[in-house]
Amino acid sequence: MKPVLLLAAASAMAVTANPAAAQSMQGMQVPGMDMSKPMPAKKRAAPATSRRKTAVAQKRPATKAEPKPGHDSHGDPMKDMTMPAEGGETSSLPDMNMTADHDGAAASGMMPGMAMPASGQLTPSGTDLPPGDAPPPPVPTDHYADRTYTPAAMQPARAMFRHENGGEPFSQVMINLAELQVHDGRDGYRWEGEGWFGSDIDRLVVKSEGEGTFGKGVDSAEVQGLYSRAIGPYFDLQAGVRHDFQPSPTQTFATLGIEGLAPYQFDVSGAVFLSTKGDLLARTEGTYDERITQRLILQPRVELNFAAQDVPRDRIGAGLSNAELGVRLRYEISRQFAPYIGVSYTAKVGRSATFARQDGEAPHSTSLVLGIRAWF
Amino acid sequence: MNQPIDRRQLLRGAALAAGGAALTNWTPAWARSVSSGIAAPLPSVSGEDIALELAWRTATIDGRPFRAIGINGTTPGPLIRLREGQEVRLQVRNALDRSSSIHWHGLLVPPQYDGVPGVSFPGIDAGTTFLYQFPIRQAGTYWYHSHTGGQEQSGLHGPIVIDPVGADPVGYDREHVVFLSDNSQLSPEAIFRRMKLNPGGMNFQKETLAGLLAGRDQPESERLKWGGMRMDAADISDGTGSIYTYTINGYGPADNWTALFKPGERVRLRIINGSSMTIFNVRIPGLPLVMVQADGQNIRPVETDEFQVGVAETFDAVVRPRENCAYTLVAEAVDRSGMARATLAPRAGMVAAVPLLRPRPLATIADMGMAGMAMKAMTPRGTDPTAEQNRSRLLASGPVDAGFGAPSKRATPLGDMQGMAMASQGTSGMKMSGGDMAGMDMAGSKSGAMDMASMSMRDFKNAPQVAKNAGVSTIAPMPQDRTGDFGQGLENVGHRVLVYRDLVALDRNPDVRAPSRSIDVHLTGNMERFMWSFDGVKMSDHAAPIPFRNGERVRVNLVNDTMMAHPIHLHGHFYELVTGHGDHAPRKHTVVVAPGGIVTFDLTADAPGDWAFHCHLLYHMMAGMMRVVTVRKEGDEA
Repeated sequence: MKPVLLLAAASAMAVTANPAAAQSMQGMQVPGMDMSKPMPAKKRAAPATSRRKTAVAQKRPATKAEPKPGHDSHGDPMKDMTMPAEGGETSSLPDMNMTADHDGAAASGMMPGMAMPASGQLTPSGTDLPPGDAPPPPVPTDHYADRTYTPAAMQPARAMFRHENGGEPFSQVMINLAELQVHDGRDGYRWEGEGWFGSDIDRLVVKSEGEGTFGKGVDSAEVQGLYSRAIGPYFDLQAGVRHDFQPSPTQTFATLGIEGLAPYQFDVSGAVFLSTKGDLLARTEGTYDERITQRLILQPRVELNFAAQDVPRDRIGAGLSNAELGVRLRYEISRQFAPYIGVSYTAKVGRSATFARQDGEAPHSTSLVLGIRAWF
Repeated sequence: MNQPIDRRQLLRGAALAAGGAALTNWTPAWARSVSSGIAAPLPSVSGEDIALELAWRTATIDGRPFRAIGINGTTPGPLIRLREGQEVRLQVRNALDRSSSIHWHGLLVPPQYDGVPGVSFPGIDAGTTFLYQFPIRQAGTYWYHSHTGGQEQSGLHGPIVIDPVGADPVGYDREHVVFLSDNSQLSPEAIFRRMKLNPGGMNFQKETLAGLLAGRDQPESERLKWGGMRMDAADISDGTGSIYTYTINGYGPADNWTALFKPGERVRLRIINGSSMTIFNVRIPGLPLVMVQADGQNIRPVETDEFQVGVAETFDAVVRPRENCAYTLVAEAVDRSGMARATLAPRAGMVAAVPLLRPRPLATIADMGMAGMAMKAMTPRGTDPTAEQNRSRLLASGPVDAGFGAPSKRATPLGDMQGMAMASQGTSGMKMSGGDMAGMDMAGSKSGAMDMASMSMRDFKNAPQVAKNAGVSTIAPMPQDRTGDFGQGLENVGHRVLVYRDLVALDRNPDVRAPSRSIDVHLTGNMERFMWSFDGVKMSDHAAPIPFRNGERVRVNLVNDTMMAHPIHLHGHFYELVTGHGDHAPRKHTVVVAPGGIVTFDLTADAPGDWAFHCHLLYHMMAGMMRVVTVRKEGDEA
């Protein structure tokens, strides 16, 4: 990000230096100065009536001689502008309002504080004037509509007004992974998803993930119930409980995690889990959506699980216990529904791998995965 | 895909053959797909007593059904045609299944009739009738819409035209209302939910690997920088052609609403952006547009080839088609994911070539509020080859406009051509206009921001009044006055483009006092969470009102800290843009603040009451980008 900032700053400075250059180039390119206006010095005294005659006189030949659209239609529509009968406002003839009553208008191109050289008669007017520094009035505590309608009628309308303008809660069910895993030996399945309800800032979140083997049942299954709070533009802090139904016997954890969008558009999350037995586990995940086309998206994915100690009962070893590296290619039929195909490599590492070998299981496996990503 | 169009055209032909009386009432008479123009006796509602009924209906757009709210049976609703100085009583009967409301956008009305539930009145309950009555104190082109939930998106909106009490300074022989909208088959609730849950999800013109490999869009180094800041340069619009059909007067681009003219006539187009989320770029290839009014207020005529109309803004343009041929009116969504299209023709049934949708723009570093970086012209590298646009792309029968890709030019003020020569020479093609520099000054003195520390994209020192919370992902480090800049995507369209600095009020401003004080309002947001707010506080968070004294004149600086354009609307008032035009400042009710930009206006708070002040992108407002503005007589603060 740094180079961008440097670049931006450098060029910003270049710009500050620029007005001078632009001025000398353009002669009169002063900040706020609008060159699209006739200079006040040349006061044109064309009376409106004579001008109108000219316009009419010009019009006829023009229509006949110049039938091409977009050619020479300069000004034509306005040349026939009807003049209001009365009223000193000559400005209804748009090009002519530099006359008489428009001393003030002459300065209209000027920004506050810009002194016009030489010609002293130019006083800024209207929006060219700088603002004062008066204090703001107090914020009223009443509701003006209550003067016409009963507060009893207005109160529910005000509540609805706030609800309709930023206060509406939302909910979503998101199925990130719902897949078949085809690999050596028995095929398996895996799911990961969440549902949430709440506001922009505060939400209740339920997450679930797990996997199993066809014919053998569920290998692991967990559900988390979390309170989620937005702690920054891109990140949510989440705290709650996690309950594992498998492997049995079940166990429960207190959970604290964070998830959000990291720079370079990586979706990341991390959480620590403290079990009722005092075991401390941690998990971190990261995904990235590589948009190949508008609808074809390649999603690399990493998940790492850690343990602070051996948990032999669950065949988890201290340190990095297992890792999943996956890549999934999805096609978004709609943004809500996308089938995918991919490859997932899972590996138990270190002492977890040792546990696996002791159990006669392979510590690594590679699967072809077929699944669906959907939300509603 | 041609079939539905052909069928529709057949149907239309049949209806016409039957004498016109057989036309269905799908759309209001003033907008029927072959309109002879509203200069003729008006098939609209007018007079002192007007009845409007709101009811659900099914609208048919480009042959497809849309669930919509009709007003007197049409979507958009009938043209309300009034005369300056009259009184009007509008009986609004709510035959919907829910509470509703109508706000008269741009009309100066007593606060109890402004139509914002919870601010000006309790709303109109289902099954009840509400009587609005107020004097008409102005003339010009305006519109009306619901201010309840997302009903505006469902089509509860329509045009208002007020004829001046005296002679109209604008000369024209015929006029047409061009009411732009974005219609969706999704409900507003569903759209808002999608935006909340998956911001950016409706954009199918993102930057991709395919684009990178094809040498399109940002080069890799740029992408890395933007990714590093968690930003998406292709994020131009939240609502896109993937969910919207862009319409004119209720007709889709394939329906092809047609406005008639006789060659040589001066045709006044009253262009209203009544959409919910779509900023449009409007042009009529082959016809220069003489802009004569903005937000209902007359301006000095200025000729352009294209202009941007923000949500809720109106512009009147006079065109003079001389040839006996058809012209296509193109209103391209700013992200170019689709277009609305209509035809100007001497006879019904004539069509002109429809140009290709131009490639979508990318946000630049200037949009981040880093002043000066705009000077670095980005070499366009083409657009992502996989980018998707909506069905309107299929109508293209011509190439992209000749000249596309060449630098845009400034619009031509009309009248004193000698006096103008220098100006057009000086500004055409020159990116650095006076406005840019004025902006620099302002930014510099505002933030004292020439040191590199403050170039951080989220340094609250640059905006001390903004609440530090998760709803604010960026603070523009060096916001600049961009009212002299071409709108997003209009920098290189090869012809003249209108900018705010081209607008000069026709009449002297009614109040030319110096402002007694000034305030800043920061437009803030977090695209990742689809949170939008003023000063980091959503309306729903019990945001305190912005107080004004009755009669005081205050300078308001709108500072856009986000990377999206926001059309900001103040109810009950006009304000004068501070764009260097002194006492002829353009008067507006809605102004688009460019990404990373500042718009300054002077406001005379002369209407005691509570008034809504908000971003007119519907779902930004619904996300909380709103405030109540209070105006009280001294000593009446209660």
